[in-house]
Parts: sequence; structure tokens; C-alpha cells
Amino acid sequence: MTVVAPLIGVLALAAVSAAGARIGLTTLFCVVIPYAAILVFLIGVVWRVLSWARRPTPFNITTTCGQQHSLRWIQSSPLENPHTRLGVIGRVLLEVLLFRSLFRNVKHEFVSRENAAPRLAYKASPWLWLGALAFHYSFLVVFVRHYRFFSEPTPRSLQIVEMLDGFFQIGSPTIFVSGFVLLAAATFLLLRRLLLPQLRYISLPVDYFPLFLVIGIALTGILMRYTAFRTDTAAVKNLCIGLMQFKPPAATEPIGAIFFVHLTLVSCLFAYLPYSKLSHMMGVWLSPTRNLIGASRMRRHINPWNYPVAVHTYEEYENEWRDKMKAAGIPVDKE
Amino acid sequence: MADIQLPPPEELAKVSFQPRPQGWMDPCVEFRPGTWSYAGKPKALETVGMPNPREWSPTDADWKLPENWKEIILQGLRERLDKYRSLKVFLDICVRCGACADKCHFFIGSGDPKNMPVLRAELLRSVYRNDFTLAGKLLGKMVGARELTMDVVKEWFYYFYQCTECRRCSVFCPYGIDQAELTMIGRELLNLVGININWVMEPVAKCYMTGNHMGIPPHALKDNLEFFADDIENITGVRVDVPINKKGADVLFVVPSGDVMADPGIYTLMGYMMLLHESGLNYTWSTYASEGGNFGLFTSHEMIKRLNAKIYAEAKRLGVKWILGGECGHMWRVLHQYMDTLNGPADFLEVPVSPITGTRFEHARSTKMIHIAEFTADLIYHGKLKLDPSRNNAYKVTFHDSCNPARAMGLFEEPRYVIRNVCNHFYEMPENTIREQTFCCGGGAGLGNDENMEMRMRGGLPRGNAVRFVHERYGVNLLTAMCAIDRAVLTTLMEYWVPEVKVSGLHELVGNALVMKGEKKRELNLRSEPLNEGSEDTSD
Ligand code: HEM
Ligand code: SF4
Ligand code: SF4
Repeated sequence: MTVVAPLIGVLALAAVSAAGARIGLTTLFCVVIPYAAILVFLIGVVWRVLSWARRPTPFNITTTCGQQHSLRWIQSSPLENPHTRLGVIGRVLLEVLLFRSLFRNVKHEFVSRENAAPRLAYKASPWLWLGALAFHYSFLVVFVRHYRFFSEPTPRSLQIVEMLDGFFQIGSPTIFVSGFVLLAAATFLLLRRLLLPQLRYISLPVDYFPLFLVIGIALTGILMRYTAFRTDTAAVKNLCIGLMQFKPPAATEPIGAIFFVHLTLVSCLFAYLPYSKLSHMMGVWLSPTRNLIGASRMRRHINPWNYPVAVHTYEEYENEWRDKMKAAGIPVDKE
Repeated sequence: MADIQLPPPEELAKVSFQPRPQGWMDPCVEFRPGTWSYAGKPKALETVGMPNPREWSPTDADWKLPENWKEIILQGLRERLDKYRSLKVFLDICVRCGACADKCHFFIGSGDPKNMPVLRAELLRSVYRNDFTLAGKLLGKMVGARELTMDVVKEWFYYFYQCTECRRCSVFCPYGIDQAELTMIGRELLNLVGININWVMEPVAKCYMTGNHMGIPPHALKDNLEFFADDIENITGVRVDVPINKKGADVLFVVPSGDVMADPGIYTLMGYMMLLHESGLNYTWSTYASEGGNFGLFTSHEMIKRLNAKIYAEAKRLGVKWILGGECGHMWRVLHQYMDTLNGPADFLEVPVSPITGTRFEHARSTKMIHIAEFTADLIYHGKLKLDPSRNNAYKVTFHDSCNPARAMGLFEEPRYVIRNVCNHFYEMPENTIREQTFCCGGGAGLGNDENMEMRMRGGLPRGNAVRFVHERYGVNLLTAMCAIDRAVLTTLMEYWVPEVKVSGLHELVGNALVMKGEKKRELNLRSEPLNEGSEDTSD
């Protein structure tokens, strides 16, 4: 159920949009749904970020992953335990751009031994880090490359991206590596979830759903570019530019069903993003263990809702123990 | 006391990592002896005015909760969602990538999937989804939502008290999701309806009334300190003074009270006394602020504040300039990350300056409290201490980074610098088990009680293993740690996993090596064991 339900969900989305193409619901699938998705996405992102940002961080709960800034002659770790704002910016950027913490990943292993308790060994385990980096960066490149459909002429900077991405040119059309990397990385993440018993145990249907979506998007994209399902890119460009200028072409030339599927899945991914775990894209910036300055003894961190509490005062304490204290020769405030 | 039968270490270390065939969504806990802690006693709860004091046990079918317990907990969660960005963000963004899963010592030692930090979080997150998100309300199980039932509450209790709030998981999570934060808030929610453990509540109540966890009254504290001064005199021939509640002292000295009572912490305490005497610092102990540890951290944020308030209050009453703190783990999490925020600003104190070296401890300029390892490292660096490391030659030392000084402070180099100056034989454990990746002792956050012994040994398995590694490779026979809980629970842990290794604090080693003015020829170490022959030749 956990795996099948989201798979059926994605297949159903694909089937419905393909059917839409067949019966010519072009306006619905190529205009209404994309517009709605972008709207839902934008509202969602703003709402989500505000829902976090308006909540206070009452305490400085930095997770320190390096030497503190203390004595002058001890080298501190400016990025792992930052004591300056610049350091924190560096730390968060490392997380966002290079997945710093994920890079630390190690795997434990019990090595059995004769007549003794087994030994624990740790091995670096960069696979998740590599897979995640490949996944996210290829997603980014694919995303950026789509700008081609929204601009006329294609900007110079994009041509450079395309040139790099199309490095392995083998005839025509140019092969863009990023699409295949995206497909492979998403498949890797899916297999990880399916094959590692612990990971399978923690995975929910909503963990498989975005993976199927992305795989579906990458597959349909690749089909349109390299196979017999090739799409009329001029028509697509015409549509996209129209959408951008809020003047969707009244009667679009028929575009293939595969394009309908592709566009619908992309719309779903965007609409889904801010309301799901994919909001980690914004959340990672706001994580209090990473984005606070570590030097909490240097600067006072303010808790906006700090309130007075009942305490046991020294006066009460001395009242309870005065005789004993005096007998023991401990100084007291009231004789 | 609970008498828990433990299997031999070779057996316990055979951990099965095969998850149950049925998923985690159906709550299920079995309160097996040795894996949970006794419930808080009503008297302790009454002392600090906490809700629903009563006699009960986790093994009872009926936990005697107030009728509207569910409403109370959900209301509590709603309030905390508004007060803590951490809670909301951590509940919203986990991608279940599993990077944290095998980073928890309790998971490594037990194989229980609900001890993966990600699933410990899901126990709470599933209820959050059910009652606070639209998707959860509409789609239920599909998005991992669960209703808060009594069985879920029991699961919370079991697993939030199988987390030592060590924060190791948060080092590895790509978003820094900190299960310790969720455990703290989860325990806070349970406390709203009177669910807690006695090993936390008793110290809380005692700390509130007498100033320290052990419940040591003022005159007894003085007796104990005098007694240690006698011991020091026997060993060194030097009489150290014991200033108590002294107005006009420059510095208030606060330690975890465990070191006043129990072997081997007392040797560390003797080390402090010798060091402070020798350095000539004008300091004082306090009988009121006689505990830096703070089990409020394992109870609620409000309790942290209530128990911590005495430290600044006493500093103000005695008119000291700044505060010095002893070796303790969770105590330093509170002092470093909570005290100033909750009970500051300490504008009546001065920025700590060592009168001996002139060093201004700028990094503590707001909180005005420094760690004794920082103080001692600074003394050694400036050549203010005469040290004879050969007096520790009987020891082959390794150093256990305590979770909180490691992951909530980054206090790594100071203690290592001190160790290298007071010992000749120091060996690090493997790098995945020290510094920010250090493994917990398995008994922090109130779990260091006897009835929880099996879980402690399981949780301490990775640490035990790392110590055994250096024991076998380098002959390490002493595990040094800057934490009072460590000194208590690591001792038991070592007896089980690596019986050849003893446990000490940092300043016990300092005390051994410290050459005091006017001392007699040392024949004994602070444990009153004979020093190695030929160890007196000063090798500076
Ligand atoms: C900016 C910092 C980001 C970080 C640190 C980050 C990190 C991660 C990690 C560690 C995973 C887990 C892989 C797994 O499931 O095993 C993941 C999953 C995912 N991320 Fe990101 N991500 C970021 C931004 C984004 C952005 C901008 C998107 C845009 C769509 C995105 C989309 C996804 C998707 C679709 C998944 C699902 C993969 C899965 O479920 O396994 N992420 N991310
Ligand atoms: S590492 Fe972080 S994001 Fe990944 S499963 Fe654990 S808590 Fe969730
Ligand atoms: S804080 Fe420590 S004990 Fe708790 S889940 Fe994380 S690793 Fe485990």
C-alpha cells in the first residue's frame, strides 16, 4: 500500500492528462492547471515561510560541530561553530549548496570476533550525499534549461549552461546529461527506500509520491526530446511565452499527449511542494540549530516570551537552615 | 533497588536490526524490565507544584491521568507550536532520508527501529499531522497521521525516556533536526498530565529545596568539603582552605553536586580544591547555589529557569565579580545556551578576568561564567602552574567528550590541552566516536538509574566499544570525562563492557600532577593509591 498508492496516484494523474489531450482539453491542461499550480505554489511558499518566520526562536540551540571560540591561542572552527554572522551565513550556505551535514554520514557495522563481543566499525557512507547532490543539481540544471521555452532569443548565459550540459554531443539532438542524471538519481533514491529495510520501515506514501512524480517528469521529458514522441517545440515555446505574457494563445496547435502528462506532473510537483516535506527547500534556511550564532555566552539571546517563575529564594533557604548553618560556622544574612 | 538480570556482554552485543513486519504506525510498547524508569513519586511533584501527583507505574494498565488528558496534551502542543520555531520547523521538514537513523546510540545498541531519531520524532509528528495539518485531517494514515491515543502516550513515554537528549542525530541531519529538542518538548507535554520518571523528579525537587540534586544540606556540604581538605592534607601535606558563602570573594564556584558525594567524582572535586588554592583565586563555594546541574532540562523549559535562577541570585548576593563552573555536561548546556536568556542579563557582574594571568574571557562577556577547563588551560598556557605529569604515569588516558560540552558548546581543545600537560600517555578514541561525533554514556537525561540498566548498557555499547578499542590497542586504563553523570554511569558501563578501565574527571589528573607550594614528597595519588616508583623526577 505504502508504495503502490502513490504510484497509482501518479499514474492516474498521467492517465487523466493524456485523456485530456485526446479529447482536446487544451485550455484546461495547458492554461488553467499550470496557472493554478503556480498560484498555489507561490501562496504556499509565502504562507509556509511566514508560518515559520513569525514564530520566535526562544533559545540559542546551535548544534556546535567544531571548536568554540574561546581562548585566543586556540583555533576555533568558524564554519562548524560560528561565532560571527558571516560564519553563520557560511555555515548555512555550506548546508544548502554542498549538503555539509549529509556529507558526514557514516555507517556502523558489527564485526564479529571469536570469544568476545563484536566490534563496532564505522565506514564513511557518501552514497546518500552523492545521490542527493546529483538529484538536486540535475534538477536545478533541468529547471534552468527550461527557460529556453520562455525567452526569445535564448539568452547567452543559458546557452553556456546548455553547452556544458550538452558536453557529450552525439549527433542530433544534443544529449543533455542533466535529464538522465535526474532520472538516475531519483531512481537511486527510490531504490534506497525500497531496498534498505530500515528506510523502507520509516517511509510513508508521501515519501514515494514526489519520487514517482519526479521520475515521471524526467521520463516524459526524455521521451519528448529523444524518441518518437518528439514534440513540436515551436508550439510549446509559443504556449509558454503566451503564458508568461498572460496572453495564452487562443487556439494552440495540437501538442502531443506526452506533453500534457509532463506539464501536469510538473504542475502537481510545484503545487505540492510548499505543503509537504519538500518545503525543506525553505526550511533548511530557518533551522535554529544551524542558523544561530554559536557564541551564546558572548551575546545574550533574547526570548520574547520569557516570563517570571516561582523560585526558592535564598531568604527562604536560609530560614529553613539558619540554625544548622550557624552551628556549622557558615555565614548567614540574618543572625 | 531494581535488580536487573543482564545477559553477558557478548550476548547483549548481538543486536538484531530486522524491523518488525508490521509498520510503526500501530502503537506498541512492551515494558520489559531493564528498559524503562520508575514513575515520579507524588511527593517530589508536590514539592515543585507539578500536575497530577500520584502513585503509579508504567506497567499499570491505568496511568490515572486526568479525564481530559488528551485535550491538555493537544492544547500544550498547540501552545508550544507557537512558542518554538524549532518545533514547527522540525515537525514540518523531515524528508525521512534516514541519515540520522544509525547515529543514535540507543538504536545501535538495541536495534529497535523506534530508537532511530527519525522515528522517535515521527511518534510526535504523527500526532501533529493528525490534529494540526490539513493533509493529516483529510488523508490520515496516507500522510502518516495518527490519533493521540493512550497507547501513543505510552509509546511517547517509553521512547522519550530512551533518548538522552545527546544531539548526536542533529549533527548528521541535513537540516539540523534535533531530536533532543523534540524529546524535551515531548517530555514537557507528558509532564502536563503528570507523566515523568522519578530519577528526574527527585533531583528536581531536591535541587529546588536544598540547592542541589543530592539534597545535601549546608552543614553537610561544609563537612564534606572539610573532609576532602583533610584528605588533601594527608596526601600533599598542604592545607587548602574551604571558603563557603563568603561575601567579598571575587568568584563564585559552582559544580555538579554528584562530585561531592560519589566516587570517583570526589577526586575531581579534590583536584578543583587544590587547583583553586594553588592559583590563589579569591573564590567561594555556595551552599545555596550548590548545584550547577539542572534536571529542569529533562523536565520543562520553565523548570530549567526555576532551578537555574539561584546561580545569578547567589552571585549577586555574595557580590562576586564572575562565576566559574566545574566539570559537568548538561549543566553546561544550561549555562551556555539557556542561563543568560532565562535569568540574565547579568549586568551586576563583570566580564571574567583571570587575576592570575590577566586573560579577559571575552567569549563569556555576556553570561559572565567560564568553564574550569578554560580557566585551567589558560593558567597552564601562561606557565602559572607547576606540573609533574609523570605522577599520572600509571594511567593510559583516553578522553570522552561529554555530549553537551561537545555539541552545545564546542569545548574540545581546552580539556585536551590540559590532559596533554598533566599526563604523559594520552590516546584518542576513533574519530567517529569523539568530539562532535561523540557517543553518549547511555545514562544522561535522567536515564542513569538502576532499573533502566539494560537500556543503559545498550545505549552505552558504542562508547564501550570505542574504549575497548583503545584499551586493546594502547592499553588504555583510564577514561577521563568532564561530566558528573559520566563519572557515575560510565563507571558502571566500564564494569560491564571493559572492566579493565577506570573512570576519572579531568581535574583529578590535574590534582595529581599539580606541584603545590610547600607540599611533601607525594607518595599517593588522589585515590590514595601509591604512585609509580620513580615517577617523582620532574619532567616538565
Ligand atoms: C536547498 C537546500 C536543499 C537541501 C539541503 C535538500 C536536501 C534534500 C535531501 C537530503 C533529500 C533526501 C533524499 C532522500 O529522500 O533520500 C531531499 C529530497 C528531495 N528534495 Fe531536496 N534539498 C534542498 C532543496 C530542494 C529543492 C530546491 C527542491 C526543489 C524541488 C528539492 C526537492 C526535493 C525532492 C523532490 C526530494 C525528494 C526525494 C525523496 O523523496 O527521496 N529539494 N532533499
Ligand atoms: S536526517 Fe533529518 S531529514 Fe533525514 S530522516 Fe533524520 S531527521 Fe529526517
Ligand atoms: S538526541 Fe541522542 S539519544 Fe536522542 S534520538 Fe538523537 S541521538 Fe538518540
